[in-house]
Amino acid sequence: MPTPLSWYLALSAVLFGIGVLGVLVRRNVIIIFMAIELMLNAVNLAFVAIARSRASLDGQVIVFFVMTVAAAEAAVGLAIILAMFRNRETTNADELATLRW
Amino acid sequence: MVIGTSLLRWIVALPALGVLFHVFVGNRAPATVKVVGPGLVGAACALALVATVRLGGLAAGSVLHDRVYEWIVAGPFHADVSFRLDALSAVMVLVVTGVGFLIHVYSVGYMHGDRGFARFFAYLNLFTTAMLILVLADNLLLLFVGWEGVGLCSYLLIGFWYEKTENVAAGKKAFIVNRIGDAGFLLGLFMIAWTLGGHGVWSLDFDAIAEHLDWLAPVATPVCLLLFVGATGKSAQIPLYVWLPDAMAGPTPVSALIHAATMVTAGVYMIARLNGLYALAPAALAVVAVIGTLTALFAAVIAVAQTDIKKVLAYSTVSQLGYMFLGLGVGATGAAVFHLVTHAFFKALLFLGAGSVMHGMSGEQDMQRMGGLRTRMATTFVTMAVATFAIAGVPPFSGFFSKDEIVWGAFGGPHAAPVLGVLALVVSFLTAFYTGRLLFMTFFGPLRAPEDVRHHLHESPAVMTLPLVVLAVLAFAGGWLPVPSVLEHAHVIPHAEGPEAPLWMFVLAAAVALAGLGLAWQLYVVRPEVPGEIAARLDGFYALVRDKFRIDELYDATVVRGVFAIADVSAWRIDPRVIDGAVNGAALLVAATSGAWRRLQTGNVQHYALSFLVGALLLVGYWAFR
Repeated sequence: MPTPLSWYLALSAVLFGIGVLGVLVRRNVIIIFMAIELMLNAVNLAFVAIARSRASLDGQVIVFFVMTVAAAEAAVGLAIILAMFRNRETTNADELATLRW
Repeated sequence: MVIGTSLLRWIVALPALGVLFHVFVGNRAPATVKVVGPGLVGAACALALVATVRLGGLAAGSVLHDRVYEWIVAGPFHADVSFRLDALSAVMVLVVTGVGFLIHVYSVGYMHGDRGFARFFAYLNLFTTAMLILVLADNLLLLFVGWEGVGLCSYLLIGFWYEKTENVAAGKKAFIVNRIGDAGFLLGLFMIAWTLGGHGVWSLDFDAIAEHLDWLAPVATPVCLLLFVGATGKSAQIPLYVWLPDAMAGPTPVSALIHAATMVTAGVYMIARLNGLYALAPAALAVVAVIGTLTALFAAVIAVAQTDIKKVLAYSTVSQLGYMFLGLGVGATGAAVFHLVTHAFFKALLFLGAGSVMHGMSGEQDMQRMGGLRTRMATTFVTMAVATFAIAGVPPFSGFFSKDEIVWGAFGGPHAAPVLGVLALVVSFLTAFYTGRLLFMTFFGPLRAPEDVRHHLHESPAVMTLPLVVLAVLAFAGGWLPVPSVLEHAHVIPHAEGPEAPLWMFVLAAAVALAGLGLAWQLYVVRPEVPGEIAARLDGFYALVRDKFRIDELYDATVVRGVFAIADVSAWRIDPRVIDGAVNGAALLVAATSGAWRRLQTGNVQHYALSFLVGALLLVGYWAFR
């Protein structure tokens, strides 16, 4: 018996929720960054699961795009984090709050 | 019959070209200005003569028409730059260019060696251009352009010697007082445009106004009164006459051309041009007549007690303009225009003669330091004498005929008012007296000038005396010009009803004039000590008249200070509190609210992320549960 679609979607939702929680509550920007990656992959899982249950390739194509964007985002994001650390010697999101009024 | 032509635009354009020449070439080559300045006005005069001869060859009531271009189109409203020459315009154009030409020639001598020689002629030519636009305009809007143009030139020329503060102040006064009148004129213009537009004719052409007079009949009285307010400003009538005496701060040729012969008669021309409209408003005509008479009387009384030669002539001009408005008011339009023409001759002559005297006496203007000049400045004396006889109304000099027709109009015209006629005769007597006084104090008796002035005393050069002689001929013979009958024949003004002036009228007018001159002769030549005694006996009243009834002080205390008080309140109360308060208040309000809201922007990315999440959940919720 194949695994039902709802299990995949439930797993995806749980992973996404962990990611959101990670982004909102953790203070280390690298952890936040990883939590964002987790959210992206949760969405990828949902895409792939739905694509298989519908016997359509569209969802898988989208996943490739997401992965490409995620790779680019990782490169840019890590570069920004590195630059910030060099300037401020911290990766604490609370201390990186000077860009405001 | 309307005949198209492109001649008229050149009459206007020639002096305008002169302006450009003086501005761009004149300062580098002052010698050319001497030729170009008067020359172009002379050429315009020749063109005006050609056009007038052409007009004379056409059937009675014909009009030469020159449409230059479409000027304003605003919705249904349209106005063209177009010129018309009918009998009335022809009279005015010939006076403006003819007398203007003579005064330009005179100015070459009078302004010789002045630092602003080219500038002076630029202004003078600009004035001529504007005045020609005024009298040739085919619609009220273009007339208004000329009207404002001459006002501007008047301002520029009164303050021509701008190094002196009082000259600048006089120019400003003229400009501001005229603005008050112009406001009335504009309102009248709007009312005409609005009324005609309400009937579907969006035009201010004189033909359109004349054609649809019946539509204008219900608003004729307010319209005519408003236009008359404009006329009181431009033509120096009560209550707006105060600028004209001060305008004497300008060079004397300017006083002659602008503040005596041409510009100040613009109001008379305007009312004569719209005589059909004014005929519909007897009440407005009565106001015109009464204001004219009162101004004539008032100014004549003031003129009697002035010792500055130009001030006497200034008040005399105000007084004579009052005569013209009396003529207009009693329906003697032809006589008013006739007096306008003869007045242009003899008053220009009087001013130029006074300028010649001042030129010879090192700029002296006080008649108490003149005297005995008749042998030393013979040409000036003879021409001034002619002008004096003309303005006093001694037959057969020109002023006699025109003034007599106005006075007779007051007794027997379409809107006769014998009381005003009697007052006009009183003014006539005063006019003869004060001009006689001017002539006798200046040219008779002993010379009262100090030694250095006496030493330099000389007759003016030919370039100045020649225009005097020509004007003297005109001032003498101008009375035989058949101006009123020409205007009537051309259907510009309605045919005068009523009887011709009887013989006793002529005799009375001549007797009054001679009596005035005789009294002046008696008081200022035979027994020169008497005027001082009379003045001493009339102590308070004499001082009041000499101080021009202190009208300037009255205006200063009421109007000027009143306006300043309002301005002070505006500047120190309303502006900082109300206006700035509103502006600053709006800014403060924005700053306060944004000060509260900007706290939302913490700079912490996680707060932003939370707001993303809330927004996303709201969107999902909306789609899920709608």
